[in-house]
Amino acid sequence: MAKIKIDGKQFEVEAGKNLLDTCLELGFDIPHFCFHPALGSVGSCRLCAVKKYKDEEDSRGRIVMSCMEPVTDGLIISTHDEEEKTFRAEVVESLMTNHPHDCPVCDEGGECHLQDMTVMTGHNYRQFDFKKRTYQNQELGPFIKHEMNRCIQCYRCVRFYKDYAGGKDLNVFASNNRVYFGRFEDGTLENEFSGNLTEVCPTGVFTDKTAHKHFTRKWDLSNTPSVCTHCSLGCNTLAGERYGTLRRIRNRYHGDINGYFLCDRGRFGYEFVGSDNRIKEIWKQNGNREVVSSESLSEVLSGAFQEGHNMVGIGSPRASLEANYSLLSLVGTDHFYHGVSAHEYELTKMALDFMQNSGIQIPTLKQMETADVVLILGEDLVNTAPRMALAVRQAARHSMNKDAGAKKIPEWTELAVRDNQPVLSTQIYVATPKKDSLDDVIKQPFRGGYSEIAALASSVAALLDKNAPAADSEHKKLASDIAKALQNAENPLIISGVTCGDKEVLQSACNVAQALLNNDKKVMLGMIFPESNSTGLSLFPGKPLADLFASSEKKPVDTLVVLENDLYRRAETGQVNDFLLKCKQVIVLDQLQNETTVKADVVLPAAVFSESEGTLVNNEGRAQRFYKAIPDGENGQARESWLWLNELKEIKENGFEGWSSLDDVFQSMLNELPAFAALKGKFPDEGFRMLGRKIPRESFRYSGRTSIHARESVSESYPPEDFDSPFAFSMEGQQEDPPSSLITSYWSPGWNSVQATNKYLDKPNGDLKGGNPGIRIFPTAAKSKTSYFKLNGSKSNKGTGEWQLFPVYQIFGSEELSAAASSLSERIKEPFLLLHPDDARDAGIDESTAVQVEIKNEKLTLRVNFENSLPRKVAGVSLQLPGMPFVALPGSGKITKM
Amino acid sequence: MEKPLTQHINPKSAPLTFKEYEKAGGYEGVRKALKEMTPAEVTQLMKESNLLGRGGAGFLTGLKWSFVPMDEASKPKYLLCNADEMEPGTFKDRYLLEGNPHQLIAGLIIASYAIQAETAYIFMRWAYKKAEKMINKALAEAYEAGILGKNILGSGFNLDIHLHMSAGRYICGEETALINSLEGRRATPRTKPPFSVVSGLFGQPSVVNNVETLSWASHIVEKGADWFKSLSATGTGGTKLYGVSGRVKKPGLWELPLGTTVREILEEHAGGMAEGYGFRGLLPGGASTDFLVEEHLDIPMDFSTIAKAGSRMGTGTMIILDDKTCPVAFIRNLENFFALESCGWCTPCREGLPWIEKILGAIEEGRGRMEHLEILQRQTKYLAPGHTFCAHAPGAAEPLQSGLKYFYDDFVKHIEQKKCPWR
Repeated sequence: MAKIKIDGKQFEVEAGKNLLDTCLELGFDIPHFCFHPALGSVGSCRLCAVKKYKDEEDSRGRIVMSCMEPVTDGLIISTHDEEEKTFRAEVVESLMTNHPHDCPVCDEGGECHLQDMTVMTGHNYRQFDFKKRTYQNQELGPFIKHEMNRCIQCYRCVRFYKDYAGGKDLNVFASNNRVYFGRFEDGTLENEFSGNLTEVCPTGVFTDKTAHKHFTRKWDLSNTPSVCTHCSLGCNTLAGERYGTLRRIRNRYHGDINGYFLCDRGRFGYEFVGSDNRIKEIWKQNGNREVVSSESLSEVLSGAFQEGHNMVGIGSPRASLEANYSLLSLVGTDHFYHGVSAHEYELTKMALDFMQNSGIQIPTLKQMETADVVLILGEDLVNTAPRMALAVRQAARHSMNKDAGAKKIPEWTELAVRDNQPVLSTQIYVATPKKDSLDDVIKQPFRGGYSEIAALASSVAALLDKNAPAADSEHKKLASDIAKALQNAENPLIISGVTCGDKEVLQSACNVAQALLNNDKKVMLGMIFPESNSTGLSLFPGKPLADLFASSEKKPVDTLVVLENDLYRRAETGQVNDFLLKCKQVIVLDQLQNETTVKADVVLPAAVFSESEGTLVNNEGRAQRFYKAIPDGENGQARESWLWLNELKEIKENGFEGWSSLDDVFQSMLNELPAFAALKGKFPDEGFRMLGRKIPRESFRYSGRTSIHARESVSESYPPEDFDSPFAFSMEGQQEDPPSSLITSYWSPGWNSVQATNKYLDKPNGDLKGGNPGIRIFPTAAKSKTSYFKLNGSKSNKGTGEWQLFPVYQIFGSEELSAAASSLSERIKEPFLLLHPDDARDAGIDESTAVQVEIKNEKLTLRVNFENSLPRKVAGVSLQLPGMPFVALPGSGKITKM
Repeated sequence: MEKPLTQHINPKSAPLTFKEYEKAGGYEGVRKALKEMTPAEVTQLMKESNLLGRGGAGFLTGLKWSFVPMDEASKPKYLLCNADEMEPGTFKDRYLLEGNPHQLIAGLIIASYAIQAETAYIFMRWAYKKAEKMINKALAEAYEAGILGKNILGSGFNLDIHLHMSAGRYICGEETALINSLEGRRATPRTKPPFSVVSGLFGQPSVVNNVETLSWASHIVEKGADWFKSLSATGTGGTKLYGVSGRVKKPGLWELPLGTTVREILEEHAGGMAEGYGFRGLLPGGASTDFLVEEHLDIPMDFSTIAKAGSRMGTGTMIILDDKTCPVAFIRNLENFFALESCGWCTPCREGLPWIEKILGAIEEGRGRMEHLEILQRQTKYLAPGHTFCAHAPGAAEPLQSGLKYFYDDFVKHIEQKKCPWR
């Protein structure tokens, strides 16, 4: 600790950090541009100048940059001496010599850090009377708009894009006051985290192109906390609404998960809510389609729920706990099926069982960043759990701190740390079938089919613990290197997932973790699941889909209720067709039209995430609430799934009084399903009030309230009610200091931009005040109750003429909902097959030609892409890109020339 | 008067070959250091000699070397010779590079030995084509003779010297920008601390010394610290290459005792002002130093004395401002250079220098306003040391702030007459 004096007041603070960080933590408003808590200090903008004094006698002091100044005992500084104030205003003044005065037409206006800093430093009169510098802008693809004239050269963009996120195609060019930030030529920014540029940039150089299509100023947005539904990590987001439509998604800081950054799927996937494919009416389908009014729904469905009917429900890994529970409650536990493939059902259960009972540490993404040795097995992180790839990249980045620390170079002197070690030397091992986005930061890649990956991991386990099942990998040296590294690690991390789809890879990953546990090592196990609520669904009672398909052979289904689920993504086409033929009446609740809704007799329009409230359980078993951003009734007849299911239950059970709010559903779920007992009383319910008032979604500067509906009626209507949450669709209410899970906007006096986030944290880059949101559902066992998995050994394809096929996830396209987002869909590739060029040559297949791939009963036509990194006779099949049917992957199959 | 650095240089003939220089005793210092002295003794000797860095900052060379960690774990280490001479008005390193490359190589060997670096780089200005040729030839001869490479003179010490031709930016003369550039990265200065002696080239301990500084090393080892100290007119030690450019009778470069007065250099060696030109002022050590005027002429040209007069010794090569040259245009020309050569890293330099340049342009072209002078005054304070990331902008502010002090009336005349009085 260090005793320091700021403006004459004593503080006791952590020594060794940088002064700016400390001042921000203490709540001082020190202007800054280039410093970002996640990107460290570089000292380029010179805005965070403060006066430092030698001792109590020193009255002159000298200007230092607070971001570059280490906090030491006895430090004396002032933050508002005239000389430093003048200097800071001059810094802004000189930046403004070239910054255009185009705020009214700039998308950053109103949440611009440059505007805030200009006001904060007091520069207000322009003396510069020459021409401003101008640049040529670039076309950067569907996500990001580029306006270089606004640039103030803080270098944050390249520091985030290149240094933090590993991007290769954004750089800084030229010098002096012609410095340029962009690509070497026009083209799409390829890095998966490019969207963060819109929040990292302190002004309007990089702005959200998707939001621009339906632009709204920050102060005019009605913001609601949400949770990303596009993968299993559960990153926190803020959904912004105006005029009944979702305008944009922004990062909602979460100290354990996403921190300051989201992936592009999470940020730009939201546009699916406005897709032409949205279902907004109740449809009765029987060869033709008939729109049904809400009133006549009970009539339409009257036959569906007769006494003695065999009624079954299929739940969904992308629907909330409450929606799934409503379905379970409607059909009964014995008739509730998990809407995932049999294979996924088994792997998910297995992984969750290990996570709960092995006593292993389930790490947050933030904890993953502290790992010194990482072993990734089978998972293509950037495509299956993008934000986790970014966390692992930080673990790599932090590896530089050791060497720097030895030379007393503080971690926060970002560039000095990097300069000190121009070539990364990490202990990250990635074993995947093809080249990986993390390859540039790892110790050694291993490329093999899943069976070789499992064999390698098993060998590592066997080397770590002689009681582990004996294994024999051909890669003894690598296995022994990995085992040694893990054994000597302080914070070892193993990552695998259900997404890779291979049981043996998953089991061998658990075995490595188990071996370390048996050696009394502290070890983290990061597990990836396929969808936003895969974990939650798996904790429900119920049987796998395959059981339903099998039983329907004997006992036809009278009424099938499918909740937010396209069955054609869960099983082979023929199988689903056969099954649906055996169902007399099919009721489907979903948001977007798909193969299953086409086959339904009745389609109920389900509300999307931004129109509903519910709870999702992420990959670490953390239950998190997302809330409704759009008032009811803005999308035709669309309603929240639990409301539809509630209504079905009322129709079915004469006398069921129904749930009147989501709190009722949730309460009932807690009573019925012990797996969720830990959530009791943990989420603020509808009755939650701050100083007797609800939390407003709208900012207190929200404009046009009285005129927004003036075209319909000149009298101001009462704001829409929200009976399910502590939020109001209004500007009225208590906005200050909400609980961390209920933050609707980052704002603080003088801080209108996203930089205000820091005001909500215990310290920059730290935890949200009051703790990070979400409740871990299951405690990890105190002692390991698990034992080693016995692997069956690899199945060889040799001599069969068959190929080992593995799933190739795509951040853009493999996830069902985001694939329907208009801008994001521009980034989706055509379905493809990855082949080693030598394999292709042997088979006489040329690049870019179409081939037929036969996997079990399914035949696919795919375009061939060459991939040098693949092992021989192992081929990758793009997974569930739009237009592709379900195929059982991984598996073996035939490839034939067309 | 001894002229150790230039004794073997004759601009009209080729520099001494290895054999010739060896015969003249040029490599004796190397022999002595490698065979008779420990690295620590060499460093200590250098400290005792009080050799101040000749690149401009005047830092004690031996002290810099002594900061290099000497444990095995700190290897590899690097010695870097800063031959990126781009300071306007400065041509002293070029004289040494073209005139006596073996003197520099000898110095590099001794410095590398002292810090136990097995690799050294000469980072040279792109435009020094002749020097490039001379150094390459000399390096080849040195390898041939076994004075470079493995196990030099049987001492067990190995050294490779590489010549790197810079891409041509003034900022590469800043030692950490030089290192970035050498690594193939953008030539922007690095965060300090850490200093290069701890974390420099490729993150390893590195010493960066100027050509003139390194050229001394072999002489000092051979003849001792006392000898070196006795060479100067003041107590500082050594001779100095002084240069004069501008409208003087004999512009040129001379090796003179450190501390020779400005007047002696200007009037005796440069022959005084050219016919028809009067003296108005001078920049003592290149473009990034403050003007000195008539009243300063009797000051000895030494680091501390020039600093007392409000300027800097810099490179010791002065530029003369005469009475037929417009001081505003003169300063504008310099600021144009500095604005152009800003690396673009920190705000005051990147945005401030172009503003200064534009204002000076406006004044020179008759569009100036009195408010402009206030802005210029303000900008020179804005660009003060500590306000910027490196010394580039503070250096650029020096001729402007002193120009405003000594030639203020000339600025006002421009504004009042709405034109340049010299045109």
